[in-house]
Amino acid sequence: MNKKRITSILVYTILIGYAVITFIPFLWAVLSSFKPLSEIVSGITFIPENFTLGNYTEVFSREPLFFRWMLNSVIITACMVALNIVFNSMAGYALARIRFAGRKFWFFLILAVLMIPFQVTLIPSYLILKTFGWLNTYQGLIIPGMVNATFIFMMRQFFLNFPKELEEAAQMDGLSRFGTFFRIVMPLAKPALAAQAVFIFMSSWNDFMRPLIIMSDKDMFTLTLGLNTFKGQYISYWNLIMAASTLMTLPSLLIYAFFNRFFIKGVTFTGGK
Amino acid sequence: MEPAKQNEYSESFKPKKPKPKINPKAPKKHPMGKKLKESLSGYLFMSPTIFTLGIFVVVPILYALFLSFNDVDLLGGIGYEFLGLDNYTRTIDDERAKIALLNTAEYVAIVVPVQTILALLLAAALNSNIKGKNLFRIIFFLPTVTSSAVLTLIFMWMYYPDGLINNFLSFLHLPTYDWLSNPAIALRSIMIMNIWATAPFFMVIYLAAMQDISDTVYEAATIDGANWWQKFIYITVPILKPVTFFVVIMGLIGTFQLFDQSYIFSGGSGGPNSSTLTIVLLIYQYAFQSLDMGYASALAVGLAILIMVVTVIQKVFFGEEKLHD
Repeated sequence: MNKKRITSILVYTILIGYAVITFIPFLWAVLSSFKPLSEIVSGITFIPENFTLGNYTEVFSREPLFFRWMLNSVIITACMVALNIVFNSMAGYALARIRFAGRKFWFFLILAVLMIPFQVTLIPSYLILKTFGWLNTYQGLIIPGMVNATFIFMMRQFFLNFPKELEEAAQMDGLSRFGTFFRIVMPLAKPALAAQAVFIFMSSWNDFMRPLIIMSDKDMFTLTLGLNTFKGQYISYWNLIMAASTLMTLPSLLIYAFFNRFFIKGVTFTGGK
Repeated sequence: MEPAKQNEYSESFKPKKPKPKINPKAPKKHPMGKKLKESLSGYLFMSPTIFTLGIFVVVPILYALFLSFNDVDLLGGIGYEFLGLDNYTRTIDDERAKIALLNTAEYVAIVVPVQTILALLLAAALNSNIKGKNLFRIIFFLPTVTSSAVLTLIFMWMYYPDGLINNFLSFLHLPTYDWLSNPAIALRSIMIMNIWATAPFFMVIYLAAMQDISDTVYEAATIDGANWWQKFIYITVPILKPVTFFVVIMGLIGTFQLFDQSYIFSGGSGGPNSSTLTIVLLIYQYAFQSLDMGYASALAVGLAILIMVVTVIQKVFFGEEKLHD
């Protein structure tokens, strides 16, 4: 019994210790965003002594483009999520359900794509986008990323276990493949779609390298790029940088708070479930 | 047949009430045969994927190989001059490539084992009979949700010479470091940050697998008097071998591709004194700062081969266990 107690004390110590280590940087960032610059430069106060919301308004007044960057990120991410959900599900459904010629080939091609590090395609994709005249455009970021091999694979696994009877009944009623898919199958696939949506949102909202290469006009920057530029301009104004960082992280945290269980589902899927 | 399908396609995007309409061409007596029809609808469903992966993955891979044998001139249009293997042999004498390779190798060799073991231990702790499991999991997962750009900025702020971390260290009477600008330390600073950020992600994967291990496996060991640690080492760890394989592979792929953090940390230079220069950052610099896209492509192809070779070696090392059974 005593041994068991020691084990459980040890376990709690590890977990609480690590939780503190995880949480402190976030707390520190948010607290710093409420401090005036004088408090930032004068040394360490953990809790703000002169609490202020001024940093948040100052971010927008000092950097007029900040709102534009937010808008860019919202537009790009919304399109990415919508297109990915529809297209990945369509492909996953076809690979799981439709017996078309060449199905095996396309399945293996998608598995192979999963193995290719994306840096190899980076330079050629840049040149292709340049040829299309898509550099510095929304579509230059959206179109190349509108399908995702990981989630095609996930949706295939999902549809393999999907009850066939419903679709058969729908087809008996004269619904076409497309009709069946969008009216019967998709509404029932909501949990899988939500897991997908949450992950596409995160990867698009947080993406740094692709926007860095594709967007060179400051107007077209996403928030990640904007934040990096902002840091370059206001390097010692950590109160402002932390306020801007908090603004950028807020949407992710809200989505995470509401869709927590879908996150775990998505991660465990990528973990091979 | 084609236009009819097109119509249904665009129509089905509208969130209309389901009103099943009777298809005049009932499936049974179609002259074209069921097989052809299936293939047609299969390709219709696959068309966005085939288009996108074709133009932005398959073509670029071939294009990358082509570029890597050429000198690429971006003035005006895109001009090529065939160089044979010159771009590849050039890497041998490239001091910066050597530095980037060594930095990346050091980074991979330290980060992958540490984050894997940390993830495993955290998952084991979280999987034991404790209260507040969900709260811990939610907190641990915060860094995974946050963008690397934001995390890097928070850590740079904490790493400042008189920042939070040095204050804490001197409070404990430990030595303080110049985390950002000492070339001997800067890469370590990024390592600490990334281990902190990615270990919880892999923890969730381990945790899910641990919850699938049935209790009966442990019962016999409990009867034999095995303690928690013995059960962990002799039962849990061997059962989780395929998951470990997956976590290590994912870790390797991720660490070999380190870019965002180095870029933001050093403002794109890979400094101080090239100490945070990684392979991907070097590829970026050659391709988009020096516009030497042929050579950069050769480096990218080299990186891809390196990642694939390591994956294969890992596969041999861990045996042919498959994760998706």
